[in-house]
Amino acid sequence: MKKQSHSGSTNSLIIRWIVYLATLLTFGSLLYILFFIFIKGIPNISLELFEWNFNSSNQSLVPSLINTIIVVGLTLLFATPIGVFTGVYLVEYADRTSKVTQAISMATDTLQAVPSIVYGLFGMLFFRNTLGLGYSVLAGVLTVTIMVLPLIIRSTEEAMISVDRSLREASYGLGAGKIRTIFQVVLPVAMPGIVSGVILASGRVIGETAALIFTLGTAPNMATGLLQTGRTMAVHMYVLTNEGRNVDKAFATAVVLVLFVIVVNALANWISDKILETGAK
Amino acid sequence: MSALVSVVSLVLIITFIFANGLPFMIDYGIGDFLFGQQWAPSPDWTAQDPKGAFGVLPMILGSFYTTIGAVIIGAPIGILTAIYLAYFCPEWLYKVLRPAVNLMAGIPSVVFGFFGLQVIVPWIRNSLPSNGLSMLAAMIVLAIMILPTVISISETSLRAVPSVFYNGGIALGATHERSVFTVVFPAARSGVISSVVLGMGRAIGETMAVQLVIGNQARISFNILDGIRTLTTNIILEMGYASGTHRTALISTAVVLFFFIILINAVFLILKNRGESY
Repeated sequence: MKKQSHSGSTNSLIIRWIVYLATLLTFGSLLYILFFIFIKGIPNISLELFEWNFNSSNQSLVPSLINTIIVVGLTLLFATPIGVFTGVYLVEYADRTSKVTQAISMATDTLQAVPSIVYGLFGMLFFRNTLGLGYSVLAGVLTVTIMVLPLIIRSTEEAMISVDRSLREASYGLGAGKIRTIFQVVLPVAMPGIVSGVILASGRVIGETAALIFTLGTAPNMATGLLQTGRTMAVHMYVLTNEGRNVDKAFATAVVLVLFVIVVNALANWISDKILETGAK
Repeated sequence: MSALVSVVSLVLIITFIFANGLPFMIDYGIGDFLFGQQWAPSPDWTAQDPKGAFGVLPMILGSFYTTIGAVIIGAPIGILTAIYLAYFCPEWLYKVLRPAVNLMAGIPSVVFGFFGLQVIVPWIRNSLPSNGLSMLAAMIVLAIMILPTVISISETSLRAVPSVFYNGGIALGATHERSVFTVVFPAARSGVISSVVLGMGRAIGETMAVQLVIGNQARISFNILDGIRTLTTNIILEMGYASGTHRTALISTAVVLFFFIILINAVFLILKNRGESY
């Protein structure tokens, strides 16, 4: 879009500067947070933080790091198939006007709006108490699975809707059935969009605290089984911050946590750029 | 089959939260619970032998004030940033800023809270008559946290306005700024408003970041320099050790929170469906 380079009136100039100022505030605060965490945090990173076992003198983050990876991996294992199939159903099979579809769509929207603390309470009441899982990896994973479902459903839907109609028609034209068309033509083309949704979902799990504190628990040890309790990095950082005694360790954990999130976001970005490239071809 | 998982989950969540929280609210008296000004929980409360007090009005007001404050600070900044991204930003810069907004949305809330505790709280403590852990600190942290939500949805709806609108403004002799603000912006109004509503939903549901900076006193105060408590922080603070009726009362707090979320979400859906289509 071509801009008018010199805006005649002072009003326009003032408006332009207000817009610039707001933008500066937004990205300034992001940069401030990132620089603050890195500059104050990196000097606090020490070897003892990466010792295999946690004890009260080293406050090692390795057990929570490994717990985080376990929780993210298992959550994706549960949430990805359910979310992708729901997305496929909504786009390819569902009749947009039917009551069932509307119910699914509304439930997805509402789940997206439910605060994580409510997920935490639900996980505590249902998975931990009613199903008797106790504080455990399984209770935590099932809770966050429900939490990230809407994200995966929505990104699958969007990716599949954006697949060109002509591809489907070409597939039908070649005699392929519906299932074959979906799984061999539409899904592969939509894959980058789905994958970046899944990556964003893992970013949400990495940063989650409120939903895990009453389900996975806060024990600083490494979880060695599905029914073991533990804590993820975000929970680790929350506990350290709240205790207020090992703020330097909290800074260091923040660095690792933010690095994780940056990597996850960069991955998602890189993949969605790939979609644009293939779309342009 | 799998399509129904989200419906079943939602039904389960509502059932479990309400089944565990509502009976106590009714026993205690819904009016007394919602409008009671004192929160002095006791695990041994029974209808025959009422011990302690379970009034959540301080927390309802706390959530309300901090959310409104966050929107007053965050929404204008977010909307103007969206306008910048959609209509002022050079292409090369957009390629940097757009992922930056996504990154901002991905930063864990505990990191925001930590930042608030380390930077904003000391800043308030040193420059204003307050100990820093205050409503104001929570408002600022939440204002930053809702920015990505407001920016993303506002930007999408600004871009959805056909370029005819903009060009029409220019053709009538308006400057770039005037055309954007008086022609394009009003046309995107409903999308922008729904972005703010969604931001409110995020702000009212946020727990960790708020808990670290707000002070957590269960009291009613109109002074933004005072520490207060919100619905979410009430749950996270006490759930760890609560038992008996105290525990049930915390689940009742979640019922109230859930109710607000459904209300906000309903407003959002109505706005979304009413949105102008071109």
